[in-house]
Amino acid sequence: MASLGQIAEKVRSKNAGPFWLTIDVFCGTPSAYAQVCQGLSTARVARSLGADPGHVKRFEIASLNVVKFSLPRPAVQGAPEDRDMHGASWAALLAELEINAGA
Amino acid sequence: MLQTRRTRVLVPSGALGLNYDKPALARGIAARPDLIAIDGGSTDSGPAYLGRGVSKYARASTKIEWRGLMEARAEAGVPLVIGTSGTCGTDTAVDWMLDITAEIAAETGQRLKVAVLRSSQDPAAMAEAWQAGRIAPLPHAPPVDAEVFASCTNIVALAGAEQINTALATGADIVIAGRTTDTAIIAAMPLARGCHAGASWHGAKIGECGALCASNPQSGVILVDFDEAGFTVTPLADGAKASPHTVSAHMLYENSDPFILYEPGGHLDVTAAEYAAIDDTRVRVTGSEWVAEDRYTVKLEGARIAGYQTVLMALLRDPRYVENAARWAEDITAKCRAKTEERLGLAPDAFRIELRLIGQSASFGDLESRTGDPVEIGVLGIVTAPTEALSDEIGKLLNPYLLHHPLTAAEEQPTFAFPFSPAELSRGAGFEFCLNHVLTLDDPMDAFRLELVTVG
Repeated sequence: MASLGQIAEKVRSKNAGPFWLTIDVFCGTPSAYAQVCQGLSTARVARSLGADPGHVKRFEIASLNVVKFSLPRPAVQGAPEDRDMHGASWAALLAELEINAGA
Repeated sequence: MLQTRRTRVLVPSGALGLNYDKPALARGIAARPDLIAIDGGSTDSGPAYLGRGVSKYARASTKIEWRGLMEARAEAGVPLVIGTSGTCGTDTAVDWMLDITAEIAAETGQRLKVAVLRSSQDPAAMAEAWQAGRIAPLPHAPPVDAEVFASCTNIVALAGAEQINTALATGADIVIAGRTTDTAIIAAMPLARGCHAGASWHGAKIGECGALCASNPQSGVILVDFDEAGFTVTPLADGAKASPHTVSAHMLYENSDPFILYEPGGHLDVTAAEYAAIDDTRVRVTGSEWVAEDRYTVKLEGARIAGYQTVLMALLRDPRYVENAARWAEDITAKCRAKTEERLGLAPDAFRIELRLIGQSASFGDLESRTGDPVEIGVLGIVTAPTEALSDEIGKLLNPYLLHHPLTAAEEQPTFAFPFSPAELSRGAGFEFCLNHVLTLDDPMDAFRLELVTVG
């Protein structure tokens, strides 16, 4: 078992406007890309972020070896319950997920 | 059919205030651009800038960088455009930018024609537009009613290419625009000169963050060349190189959909775009598609006061308290909430008291998946209340708990570290974004106002 952060080159989270969060998983190589595509389900991503799986958009972009997830922000940017104005830290939650190496 | 005139746009950086590489800018001027375009803002820094109508960047930085661009403009003899002036693009932020421009013009002996494009909307008029059915929600927009529009301290509409072109058509030396889409200031001129529409918007999206689409991303300066079939990106700083990978990957950046970008009047679709290296620095892109829509809509952004906040900070270093911080914080929150209801007569849902444990769970709360053994824990107390006086009062109710609250009744009274006095810091009004909507316009200029002024 390895974490997503160990398999991928970089995991980045950003706001996509005040109401959406987007997380880009830069896999780096086709083999890492294949491993992430197969080993990381949208449902698991949603669970780790506390999101409704039906609201998580998933993009698999083979030409860039990137898997991208976009979802309504868990708290609207800047609302009293928001903890992270720029959506900067959410990548860490994904990066620490264990990915089944053999999958 | 409009004869295409190839158009070269120089983008000094992703935002005025982030600085740019001076030798690279000089190279860009030497390359004889048709336009210099820079973005002045974003929602990314949060709702307070829009709520207050102010810039996030220091005036001194803005002035120094803008002076450099005004001098570059004078040398190039082409228009200089700034979009989303002063971070939020309200009329007050536009006036701030105009004031800086007039100061520089006077100091440098330039006499300039400035087109000022204003994007602020009257909240009462927007409430009426909502009731008249001219405003529609975007996906996952917060629920609104007329009262929400009326309660906004600022509402701006995002101008597109049409409004920027109206401003450029005045022959102004400088365009100071209020809120625009990030791309509009770059896409407008190539569109007006008959360049490929998909390429105009796509090249603008790639260029709007400056050299973020290349290696050495902080160097800022890039050129985007538009023509009848596509566009070419050239980063100008030493060592900055664009590749098909860096350019195509930029469509991911702060974008919920990496293939589709909505703009006033239609959307960009880059699904079929092809990225080709011209050499080891430049990238050529073709195949982007602009899909025009019948209805012309502009996006609205609005912010309103979401209560007043007072914050406190305490540090736990005693290992027993570090270990039991969550229980300690829950106990304090419950006791302080009860005291607030009793002594201030507030209803339970009229205020918030939150203690975030820095070093343990401040980033994610209950979603945190890791545990550790921190040396110390920072306790960030955040009080939110309907008025500043009440948030300060609750902050003062919270203060003694953070200073002395014991884990057990029997132990000697503990004391915790406060890093400063007074311990309660009033943040004043907190703001929230409350609109994610579009306004339908009969004419693109309907929601915008253009004024020509001479400075210097």
